[in-house]
Amino acid sequence: MIDRKTAPESQAIDNINLIRPEHKALANGCNVFCFNSGDQELVRIEWIFNNLRFNPEKPLLNTAVNTMLNDGTSKLSAAEIADKIDFYGAFLSVDYGFEQSVVTLHSLTKHLKHTLPVIKDILTDSIFPQKELKTYIRNQQQKLQVSLQKNDVVARRTFNKALYGNTIYGLTPVVEDYQNVQRNDMLAHFKQMYQPSNCTLIIAGKIEQQTLDLLTDTFESGWANLSTHADTSQPEIKHAAERFYFVEKPEALQSAIRMGLPFINRTHPDFPAVQVLNTVLGGYFGSRLMNNIREDKGYTYGIGSGISSLKQGGALFIATEVGADVCKAATVEIEKEIALLKTNIIPGDELSLVRNYMLGSLLGSLENVFSHADKFKNLYFSGLDYEYYDRYTEVIKTVTAEELLELANRYLNFDEFYKVIVGKY
Amino acid sequence: MVKFNRFTLANGLRVIVHEDNTTPMAVLNILYDVGSRDEDPEQTGFAHLFEHLMFGGSVNIPSYDEPLQRVGGENNAFTSNDITNYYITLPSANLETAFWLESDRMLSLAFNKKSLETQRSVVIEEFKQRYLNQPYGDVWLRLRPMVYKKHPYLWDTIGKNIEHIADAKMEDVKAFFKKHYNPQNAIMVVGGDVKTEQVKQLAEKWFGPIPPGEKYHRDLPQEPEQHEVRRETVTAKVPLNDVYIALQMPGRREKEFYAIELISDILSRGNSSRMYRNLVKDKQLFSEVHAYVFGSLDKGMFVLEGKPIAGVSVEDAEAALWNEVEQLKTTEVPADELTKVQNKTESTMIFSEMSLLDKAMNLAYYELLGDADDLNYETEKFLAVTPAQIKEEANKLFRKDNSSTLIYLAEQE
Repeated sequence: MIDRKTAPESQAIDNINLIRPEHKALANGCNVFCFNSGDQELVRIEWIFNNLRFNPEKPLLNTAVNTMLNDGTSKLSAAEIADKIDFYGAFLSVDYGFEQSVVTLHSLTKHLKHTLPVIKDILTDSIFPQKELKTYIRNQQQKLQVSLQKNDVVARRTFNKALYGNTIYGLTPVVEDYQNVQRNDMLAHFKQMYQPSNCTLIIAGKIEQQTLDLLTDTFESGWANLSTHADTSQPEIKHAAERFYFVEKPEALQSAIRMGLPFINRTHPDFPAVQVLNTVLGGYFGSRLMNNIREDKGYTYGIGSGISSLKQGGALFIATEVGADVCKAATVEIEKEIALLKTNIIPGDELSLVRNYMLGSLLGSLENVFSHADKFKNLYFSGLDYEYYDRYTEVIKTVTAEELLELANRYLNFDEFYKVIVGKY
Repeated sequence: MVKFNRFTLANGLRVIVHEDNTTPMAVLNILYDVGSRDEDPEQTGFAHLFEHLMFGGSVNIPSYDEPLQRVGGENNAFTSNDITNYYITLPSANLETAFWLESDRMLSLAFNKKSLETQRSVVIEEFKQRYLNQPYGDVWLRLRPMVYKKHPYLWDTIGKNIEHIADAKMEDVKAFFKKHYNPQNAIMVVGGDVKTEQVKQLAEKWFGPIPPGEKYHRDLPQEPEQHEVRRETVTAKVPLNDVYIALQMPGRREKEFYAIELISDILSRGNSSRMYRNLVKDKQLFSEVHAYVFGSLDKGMFVLEGKPIAGVSVEDAEAALWNEVEQLKTTEVPADELTKVQNKTESTMIFSEMSLLDKAMNLAYYELLGDADDLNYETEKFLAVTPAQIKEEANKLFRKDNSSTLIYLAEQE
């Protein structure tokens, strides 16, 4: 008979090997990073641009310009762009983030000679046709109307607005804001932002020399910088004075809760250790918040916490949707769990579990060459190097329960928490 | 090409091994051949509730998650109308922990009372969060019983109503386990940084001693062909009107499936698709349109959906959706356009090989369909579809008397 009561022998995770990129600077200042690995004849290429300085008078420019990049150039209509990309089985997406706007191409390597010129055209010659803009505005307005009916979306918006104020991070457009997007502003914005000196190009996949040559040839010539650099500085963040927000929805079956506070970012020496603290609190399925509020009380389908690391600071937040009748009870339990981290040492057993979980999770997050490129982006855009991940794994392995108690007291001041409830309270 | 080895244990457990040495991780995926279609019509939502209970401790191991997290692993599961699928990813050095955990809960659960009470509440909150407290969240609760009159696909995996979940009893949980959770009703895939010999040995050690159990013989009422127009209009607290048209279609194993899936791609995959281009961009009738299939094992659903823009009546919107599919019935799709969606399917298959977990899940699912190796011939089947077949299937599919139309009207404030 085998012993089913005792766990099999297991091993600690020692080494995490990250693939590091080859770097190459194009003559026009565009930085290219290559991650060459994998067996499939395909690549993912990202063109990443820092967003321009936020203008509160024209809050939607960064996102509108990014979203409409595939809506037409002077040579290609939106329909022709879509046809060319789709015909070769490629995927073109545009993604707007707080700090960067990204154009991503997934393509079989054999079709790059057909797909790359389309991207080049988009990045150098987008014209944002008036008719497409009209469609964009109307469709965005409709989508926003649907989103605004979702309690978790309203909670996130309210929270971001409180934490980040009138900045790119606190942007919470209303339906009317879309009316003010003007084509001329977009053209000017596009020219400033999408210049090669503001572009980081990351290619990941199985990369032969000829692929790299094709990429270089396509993006090194015929794409020049303006005389002025893109202004990608951002205004300073001012947090709201009011810390409690209740948006009442009398018919809600569930209430969305979002709470948290301004926090340190990845560049701070304490960041890896507070990640451990966050994982204990709400960063994985076995976390204290999940155990208490889902698995013990059954108040919710899910609850979690996270740390968002931004160029300017960041935030720690807790988010959940709970039964409307137990909303108060849930917030009391959340407060209790935070208080516990500040008064009681994390038991050794729990801490060792979290260490292993985090290391396994890091290892598991490196699924393929794309994930290695993603890890690099975390570093590069925070101004860090690979030493960060060495330190991160070292801290996870060695940070003590006493240090975590001290960090909890330093960083988790409940009086400073912003609290948003959408639904019933 | 996803290579694998395959063997069956004496107790009937089918095992597939996919060696992939590009990763330091391993995956253990177990598919149980049971879904919400196997539920009693008076106890719907049970397969999914049961999936939650599978994490409430097994006969020898009080906590499932904790020992797995302790060795750096993660897990999750999902339930569909057809299957229940559980998976673990963990550093390959700790593969045996996955065998230990999964075999114990196949052997027997702890049937812990507290776990049943809690998971009942959790699933009820899930019901509220995903189906009731979202705009349009109840669409499948409304549409399924229109499309299906006999087949158990007429209810969603979450269940017909909250009461069914609230009423679940421990004896029902035990009976469900006995009926469906045994080696004969399961397919296990182990993939990643593993060796077939090692997997054989671990499978014999941990799963070999589990009794085979009884084979479940599925005998579900099949859905008769639809020959009537079905429609329903609801006025709801939603921001925009919304039109859903669902049509009965052949099941996942039928040869017609491939042409029909490509029809949905022609209609709405990507910005070059017909519905997006004609209805969103050119005619400006909708803010969004979608066409997609439910690749169910028994008779499936083909769905057309669109949110008309303000000022467009739902009648005009509905007519515009029908107009798009009428084109497919009368005119053969140009060869270039068909090649386009076939190319997209081909590259999607290649991209999915970048994910170990996707490969493991796919192998298990294709084994359930009949043969894991069919995964490697799937692209060919899509590439073989002709314009004539597209036209033929469109004519069979897009009949008014094969349609169920659900209209959401936004309640005026």
